[in-house]
Parts: sequence; structure tokens; C-alpha cells
Amino acid sequence: MDIKLPLTDETVAKLRAGDDVRFTGVIYTARDAAHRRMVESLDKGESLPFDIRGQVIYYVGPTPAKPGQVIGSAGPTTSMRLDRFTPPLLAAGLKGIIGKGGRGQAVRDALKQYKGVYFIAVGGAGALLARQIKKVDIVAYEDLGTEAVRRLEVEDFPVIVCNDIYGSDLLEEGKSRYKLAVG
Amino acid sequence: MRDISCQTISETVARLCQEATSLLPDDVLQALKKARDKEESPLGQKILDQILENAELAKKEMLPLCQDTGTTVVFLEVGQDAHIVGGDLNECIKQGVIEGYDKGYLRKSMVERPFSARVNTKDNTPPVIHTEIVPGDKLKIQVMPKGGGCENMSRLAILLPAEGKKGVTDFVLRAVEEAGGNPCPPIIVGVGIGGTAELAVSLAKKALTRKVGRPNADAEVVDLERELLEKVNALGIGPQAVGGRITALAVHVETHPTHITSLPVAVNIQCHSARLKEAVL
Repeated sequence: MDIKLPLTDETVAKLRAGDDVRFTGVIYTARDAAHRRMVESLDKGESLPFDIRGQVIYYVGPTPAKPGQVIGSAGPTTSMRLDRFTPPLLAAGLKGIIGKGGRGQAVRDALKQYKGVYFIAVGGAGALLARQIKKVDIVAYEDLGTEAVRRLEVEDFPVIVCNDIYGSDLLEEGKSRYKLAVG
Repeated sequence: MRDISCQTISETVARLCQEATSLLPDDVLQALKKARDKEESPLGQKILDQILENAELAKKEMLPLCQDTGTTVVFLEVGQDAHIVGGDLNECIKQGVIEGYDKGYLRKSMVERPFSARVNTKDNTPPVIHTEIVPGDKLKIQVMPKGGGCENMSRLAILLPAEGKKGVTDFVLRAVEEAGGNPCPPIIVGVGIGGTAELAVSLAKKALTRKVGRPNADAEVVDLERELLEKVNALGIGPQAVGGRITALAVHVETHPTHITSLPVAVNIQCHSARLKEAVL
């Protein structure tokens, strides 16, 4: 399925765990340190470095761009580390997240409650994923280096729906489908 | 006695850092292709296709395979008749890492003050260096850029001797199951059994320097590797944990005699981007 970003409630309602999706449009990067700062801002009642409503956050810390590249390798990092920061961002209007690996129960509940979707990209396919990123601008926390918040313009960026708004979890369902009994 | 210059060591380490992060070893590629043939899950097949395509692209354009270019883990085998000249061995390896990560446009991921300020050292140093003294007059250097996602899934247990093989198997399976998609499956599972706590952990990591799927020399250990691989793949986790037949490409076990009261067992997981490059000087 091809999706133009930002995400609308209508689009989000169509997505089901296991769907293959290609994003075109804008996504924002943020990982551990940027999440800590964003959630601190929310706690203090301050505004976030970008309007988060309807947006997608990609958990990535790219390698430096080589001359002639817009970005270096840029695959997803482990999402679980961001679990504690995720519910407040979903409450603030975040609609989509791209990472790798599973999410804790609190995040799954928040995805359902705030109608957000968690997508996975292929971890360790950083060179391939970088090819779908066409433009990069740093929008906040430049001092964080690889962890700064970047605005990415992507084309046909491949992701898979892992947790949809109905509570389905691709990783749990996939595992139970392929689990074998061994003595 | 044979002289090996520090400058040569630095240059070699710099080259190995760049090659290791872009060129997936042939044994890993072959194992991934075999996994693609065996995988039954359609999503799992697609993911393995992307992983293989990524390896081709990284090689063609000398791009990092993964944005996490890791902690630089360096294994040294120093021949006892080799003479390192022109500097401090550990320092020249560090210089090689600085140069390799700079010239290769690799990510600098090391932070100092780990439990407090976590300040990036900005050059990916210090590397983690394991040194072994061996017969001969050569110096073998292996560079393993080790990603955080898989390293964070490491586990150590000191089992009761009475728990035996079943205890070991259950522990390894639990470690892999709890790791789920975090270490980027399909993975290679390194297992260290015996020795002391720190030796078991070190053996688990060392097991990852073996060519993928090359069995241990000991027949009983080979049986354990086979059984563990079968059981790990029966978990159904699959590529990137979307469900599938291939969770691990291999399980490598290394053992060491241990104390009469102990049964240490450690797990160190390698992601599918199992980067490793070596040189002998």
C-alpha cells in the first residue's frame, strides 16, 4: 500500500498488522536523547520542535553522509528503549512510529487509545533504506549529533505495520503461526 | 624476533574498520542466501531479500551496511616472538579506529561517563580490545564492529552443576526468545559454557568470530550446537521477528573446564549484519 504523509485518521483506520506499506512525504527522526528532551518540554507545558499532530517519528541515528549523499546509512534502532517516552507523544498527536523489535504493553495500549500505528523497517538494511531518503534538514537539538531531530523527505520508504489501532501485534501473531513443538 | 610497526597496525585497523562495516563476509552472505531458500514466511522472505539487496548495495557503493557501526571490538593474537615497535600497541589500535571511523564516514557511538552524562567521545574510541599471546611471530587482528541492538541482549547465568545440559538449553532459548526482534534476526547465537563468569562471557563473544555454521571441533559440542539451532528456529521468531522458520543462521558454542561447584553459561548474540574482518601481519 502506498501512503502519502502525514497520516490521517482515515488512513490509519485502514492499516492492519502485517500490511506492507511505502511512505512518501515527511518523517521526523528522534531517538533516546531527543525523546527525553521532547517529553521534558511536554511536561513543562512547552511546545515541541515540530507540530507532532499526524506526524511519523523514525527511530534512527544515521551515519554521517559521504560527499554527494543526503544522508548516510539510516536503518531503524531498537524501539523498546523508547517505550517510556512514547505514550506522552501519542497523546500529543503523534500518529506513526518506525522502529524495530516489539513494544511493551503500555505502548500497545497507548497506540490503541490514541489511534497510532507502530511500523517496523528492516533493521540492518541501512544502506538500502537511505536510498529512499531524498532530503534532510536538522530541525532541533543539533548538539546531539547523530541523535538530533531531522526532517526527512522520503519516497517509497518500505515499512511493515507491526501494531495497528485495533490491538493486533504482528510479532506475536507471526511467532505463534511459525512456532514448532520440539522435544 | 620479528618487528611489526605500530604505524602498520594503525593503518591496518583503519582499513579493517572501513571494510568490515561495508563488506558482509562471504560465509554470512551464503548463510543468508540459504536462509532465504528455507524461509516459508512470505514477509520473512521479503525481509531476507531486502537484507541481501542491502549487502549488495553497501558493497557496490562502500556504504555502511547498518547505521550502527558499533563498538569497535578488536581481537588480537600476538605471537610471542613478534616485537611491536614505534609505539604503544593499544594506542596504535585506537589511532586506527579514529582514522577508520573518520575516513569511512562511520557513526561514532561511544559515550563516556556511562551512568551519568553519557558524553560522546566523537571518534568511536576507546575500542574494546581482547589480547591473546600465542606461539609464533605474527600479529592477527580481527575487527568486529558490534551493534548495540544485539549486544544489549547478552546474558550470563551461573547455573547449578545439576542443571546440566537441560539448564544450558533452557537458558539459551530463553535469552533468544526474550531478545525477540531487538537483535535483528536472523541472528548468530554465541554461547560460552564453563570457565568463570568473565570467561564464559568472553567465550560467547569469541564464538562469534567463527565462520558461520563451521562446527566446534568436539563432537559432543557439535551435537549441542545442532540441538540448540533446531530449538531456536522452532521458536518461530523469524526474520526481524515477523514470524518464520529462520530465527538463527547458526549457534556457535565454546566451552572451557570449570570449577566443581559451577556451571557458567553466557549468550552473546550477533545480528544478521555479522561484520568481521581480519588481517595477519
